[in-house]
Amino acid sequence: MMIDWQHFTWPAALLGGLLIGIAAAAFMLLNGRVAGISGILGGLLRWQAQDRAWRVAFLMGLVLAPLLYSSARQMPDIPIGASYPLLLVAGMLVGFGTRLGNGCTSGHGICGVARGSLRSWVATGVFMGVGIVTVYVVRHGLGYWA
Amino acid sequence: MTNLIALICGLLFGLGLIISGMTEPEKVLGFLDLAGRWDPSLAFVMAGAVSVMALAYGIARHRSPAVNSRAATVDKNLLLGAAVFGIGWGLAGICPGPALVLLGTGSAKGAVFFLGLLGGMGLFERWAKYRNTRS
Repeated sequence: MMIDWQHFTWPAALLGGLLIGIAAAAFMLLNGRVAGISGILGGLLRWQAQDRAWRVAFLMGLVLAPLLYSSARQMPDIPIGASYPLLLVAGMLVGFGTRLGNGCTSGHGICGVARGSLRSWVATGVFMGVGIVTVYVVRHGLGYWA
Repeated sequence: MTNLIALICGLLFGLGLIISGMTEPEKVLGFLDLAGRWDPSLAFVMAGAVSVMALAYGIARHRSPAVNSRAATVDKNLLLGAAVFGIGWGLAGICPGPALVLLGTGSAKGAVFFLGLLGGMGLFERWAKYRNTRS
């Protein structure tokens, strides 16, 4: 294994992670809700959507975060390598999969893992493992894109 | 008040995603690419977030021991759903939280991913309803 020292930014990663944790912790302790993004978004698409207001408020916070960030520092330019069709397909897989599996990186990977939930530990292991295999196949297995 | 707290938590969560690098698909893919030049940064994001959250659960349990004690088992849907999510995550390097933040940056590619995300979730709701009417 080769470590990419040039892109290894652990202080920023740790700081950002702590902020994410504080946000999720405040959301649970003050509002009694799990900060699982796929569940919050998916709940709006239910046939009988439940408690719309707080869901929309939380999601608006995420959408407005770049605006807040850019008021203090310049927002980094974020390149997205995948093509438009691939992004559409990937988005659909992420949407369907997170609803079927009842959670994503935030709900299972952070909140559930922190709670010691077996389901979340298993789900996190599976989506990380499958993600690693997918990246391997795309970058090294098929010989394109890298 | 609940909605104001939700908005502030969403903003903080989003700032954390930006600062940590989770909103940069290339960085996420660099973390998942064990066979290439591996960028371990995202492990630190998880470590930071999980440690704060574990502390919060400790407080919540202290307040009310009944919190989060519901038993739940690993089932086929959990495994299948996590696997499908993993494929999508590995293809684009974007998960639901960063998708919303990217939408807010005005990125056209971010918006297309978000459309797919909504489509996939909508498809799930249709399928879940169909499944329920059959059983």
